[in-house]
Amino acid sequence: MNITVRVWRQKNADDKGKMVTYGVENVSEDMSFLEMLDVLNEQLTLADEEPIAFDHDCREGICGACGVVINGIAHGPQVTTTCQLHMRSFEDGAVIDVEPWRSGAFPVIKDLVVDRGSLDRIIQAGGYISAPTGSAPEANNLPVPKVDADHAFESAACIGCGACVAACPNGSGMLFTAAKITHLGLLPQGQPERDSRVIGMVEQHDHEGFGSCTNIGECTAACPKGIPLDTIARLNRDLLGALAHGDA
Amino acid sequence: MAVSGLIMLGYLLVHMYGNLKFFQGQDKFDGYLHETLPHMFYPYLPEGGALWIIRVLLLVALVVHVYCAANLWRRNKAAAGYVGGKRYHTTQNKTGVQRSYASFTMRWGGVILLLFIIGHVAQMMPNWLSPGGASDSKYDRVVNGFDLWWVVLLYSIGMIAVGFHLAHGFWSALTTLGQNHSTTRRGSRWTAISIGLATLITVGFLSVPFAVLFFGAGS
Ligand code: SF4
Ligand code: FES
Repeated sequence: MNITVRVWRQKNADDKGKMVTYGVENVSEDMSFLEMLDVLNEQLTLADEEPIAFDHDCREGICGACGVVINGIAHGPQVTTTCQLHMRSFEDGAVIDVEPWRSGAFPVIKDLVVDRGSLDRIIQAGGYISAPTGSAPEANNLPVPKVDADHAFESAACIGCGACVAACPNGSGMLFTAAKITHLGLLPQGQPERDSRVIGMVEQHDHEGFGSCTNIGECTAACPKGIPLDTIARLNRDLLGALAHGDA
Repeated sequence: MAVSGLIMLGYLLVHMYGNLKFFQGQDKFDGYLHETLPHMFYPYLPEGGALWIIRVLLLVALVVHVYCAANLWRRNKAAAGYVGGKRYHTTQNKTGVQRSYASFTMRWGGVILLLFIIGHVAQMMPNWLSPGGASDSKYDRVVNGFDLWWVVLLYSIGMIAVGFHLAHGFWSALTTLGQNHSTTRRGSRWTAISIGLATLITVGFLSVPFAVLFFGAGS
């Protein structure tokens, strides 16, 4: 198939940036979206042009590095990561727009690469448990109800890609934060720090300049890991609880 | 935002109950407004006391609601990361994947509602602004006003705006308060309840003006 790609090109953080149009020929529909970008970059290199910078690592949908906005949708038309998106999801002759995640908390470094350090700092503000390390404890010592274990596991699937922020019209990182709150809040190991965790993480979230959630739900629709929206209600419930307990 | 919104929603339900008394005729309607309401909780509260408490509470709720909204609007605009006046430069999928019309008209819909409330309160002041003719009977003023098509039109715009605002707002308030455990924005039980509530309010409030204008009720 032959396609046209319009890509956001921006030399560095200070550059204004603009959309640039490229034609890519003989694209196999079995290629992943990133492989298509690789082909385009080879083409650019041969023509002595600067290749397009984009983030990627595992290319198997588990690291969360590869996020870009394709045709206005985070990670493109399928509910998966960009590296797991295949060219068969597009028509022959399609015009495909590729842009970086947009958020005040995700400054663009170059082309499609943004700095997502703000998500790491939210985790540092409470997304952990303080427990002695060592060999794994006996699993049956600490019973966890199956329903809680399932919900916690579902939320633990967040890969920190940031698609929720890119999709949210408010640029809010609530779904990401809520996934972590839900994951640890449902398990016994997460209880001692439950109050300070939610307060710390929400404070850091706001401090990084993410927007406030207005419960629109674009985040869940875009999330490649299907983090459910009820995590946000859980976060709010924990936050109200923590404020009522007075643990700041 | 959520708490002040729910307070106003509670008031709307009571207000709608009062409006529907219109269908019981002039005596009952005027009696309710001129006698029952001012004597609410009498003699525990002075005459008209309960009404003043409600007025102050509503005003506070409204001010808090508008203040929070303005704050959200400003912060979220900065957080969305606009470049050159736009967030994403593509022309495809402008309205996202699943967000509802109600959810992305919260802000401008809210502004329309604010204008409506100001106009509505001015109109309800004793014979202050009386389209269609003043009278000491509130019932007569309702009939006089709603006999005019443009009054009904403005009123309908306000009521449709309130319907959309509530369809998203009620759902959202419950989530903010940590009570709504729906896993998706669409197709959940709470979505149906919110839309039902919004429809009830819009239809309930519109029944009086439509009855007056189209079926000649009260004249
Ligand atoms: S919640 Fe989903 S969209 Fe957001 S960072 Fe985690 S995996 Fe990505
Ligand atoms: S490159 Fe790791 S998730 Fe796509």
